[in-house]
Amino acid sequence: MSIKGKAFIAGIFEHPTRHAPDKSTAQLHAEVAKGALEDAGLSKADIDGYFCAGDAPGGVMAMVDYLGLKVRHFDSTDTGGCSYIVHLGHAAEAIAAGKCSIALITLAGKPRTGPMPPRATGAEADFEAAYGATTHNVYGMCAMRHMHEFGTTSEQLAWIKVAASHHAQYNPHAMLPDVVTVEDVLNSPMISDPLHRLDCCVVTDGGGALLVTSETIARSLKKPLVRMIGHGEALKGPRGGTDLDLTYSAGVWSGPRAFEEAGVSPKDIKYASVYDSFTITVLMQLEDLGFCKKGEGGKFVADGNLISGVGKLPFNTDGGGLCSNHPVNRGGMTKIIEAVRQLRGEAHPKVQVQNCDLAIAHGTGGLLGIRHAASTCILERA
Amino acid sequence: MANPAKYPAPQGNPETAEFWKQAAEGKLLIKRCTACGEAHYFPRSICPFCFSDKTVWEESSGEGEIYSFSLMRKSASGPYAIGYVTLKEGPSILTNFVDCDLGRLRIGQKVRVVFKSTEGPPLPFFTPV
Repeated sequence: MSIKGKAFIAGIFEHPTRHAPDKSTAQLHAEVAKGALEDAGLSKADIDGYFCAGDAPGGVMAMVDYLGLKVRHFDSTDTGGCSYIVHLGHAAEAIAAGKCSIALITLAGKPRTGPMPPRATGAEADFEAAYGATTHNVYGMCAMRHMHEFGTTSEQLAWIKVAASHHAQYNPHAMLPDVVTVEDVLNSPMISDPLHRLDCCVVTDGGGALLVTSETIARSLKKPLVRMIGHGEALKGPRGGTDLDLTYSAGVWSGPRAFEEAGVSPKDIKYASVYDSFTITVLMQLEDLGFCKKGEGGKFVADGNLISGVGKLPFNTDGGGLCSNHPVNRGGMTKIIEAVRQLRGEAHPKVQVQNCDLAIAHGTGGLLGIRHAASTCILERA
Repeated sequence: MANPAKYPAPQGNPETAEFWKQAAEGKLLIKRCTACGEAHYFPRSICPFCFSDKTVWEESSGEGEIYSFSLMRKSASGPYAIGYVTLKEGPSILTNFVDCDLGRLRIGQKVRVVFKSTEGPPLPFFTPV
């Protein structure tokens, strides 16, 4: 049993806002759901499956009631920023098994203009909470170790921000639309060694939604067909402090699972959406997914290799989380959305990849340097 | 002006009570599985490797080296350095580095445990040897 070719992404919507002081979080979820329905040409009554994560106020029961849905399948797996890529795989499984036929996945929230819910903790809390782990310093520890083992440099990391900024200049909704240079990144203030301010993503209010459905229903709709052909998910933690290795992520497992199911390899990929909470996140993921060897990510990303029309692997052509949007500090949703735009030919003409028929969307969630999840999907133009 | 760091008191539970009791005596405990021989941290009653319940407390030397770290330049309590220390006994511990020049930390540096008080049991931190 495989989900290969069993599920199609029929509707996408990215909220244009980056700052929403006058809206509620639940309202943003409803707005992105409405946007995805309009994109797909479907109505709310068609939805029979719903997926949401920790950003959904009150969880799946409250959201289904608030949105006025009637569903026969639901899933509220929360793995931080990659939850929505996990949901995509679970939705495909549910569709393949006949548990639902049109699944809605939503993400929304407002970290700029409202309180963020505390990060969930487990049995480790007494042994870790006092040490002030934040995304910045935990990803900083990963970058520090990567530099130590492989000689990766701040200049190489900066190229990732530079590439994202080259794409963001064409996105009218991007929070940071200005092109930056390697020097700009290196000259920005140090936040948590070795990560500078411009190594970090933006913090934005907003959200996004997806509608996932069967081939039969997708073919009855008007949008270009995008089908999922492979999916993987994985978890990684220090596991008793004995398995600690900050140079790789759970992407070393989720990526190969997705590629194997899809029957393709990294060299076949025309466009890559890669979660970019920080520049180091991208560098490690590109290695883990097999776009280059472990330790060679620095060389791979340098000199514009990720810029559409310039380099070999165009990535995050919407400007990504580094420059455009990172709603609720969870970047997985927008990664899928831009990959679908590329496969549909709906990306901005300046960044649209020619003949883009195969794309990857990959994300991590949680804290890369402590315990985290990764999820990968391979999407194809049908 | 930054306020001095105030560390949250560990809440404890039946599974970890001995750890905090010994921490109050200045001892850093790890757990070792007598079935597979592996040591681990933070402590579990069932081994995370072989799933045996034959785990026992063991006093760590409190000595190790820095695996990685990051210096957070600003916070309400001022700059602080988070990192992992790999203990001589094997397991790595998430911690902060204290009582030192944070700008001179480096990977591979030898460090030892120091305990800092809370409103409950003290917490383990590390400082360069």
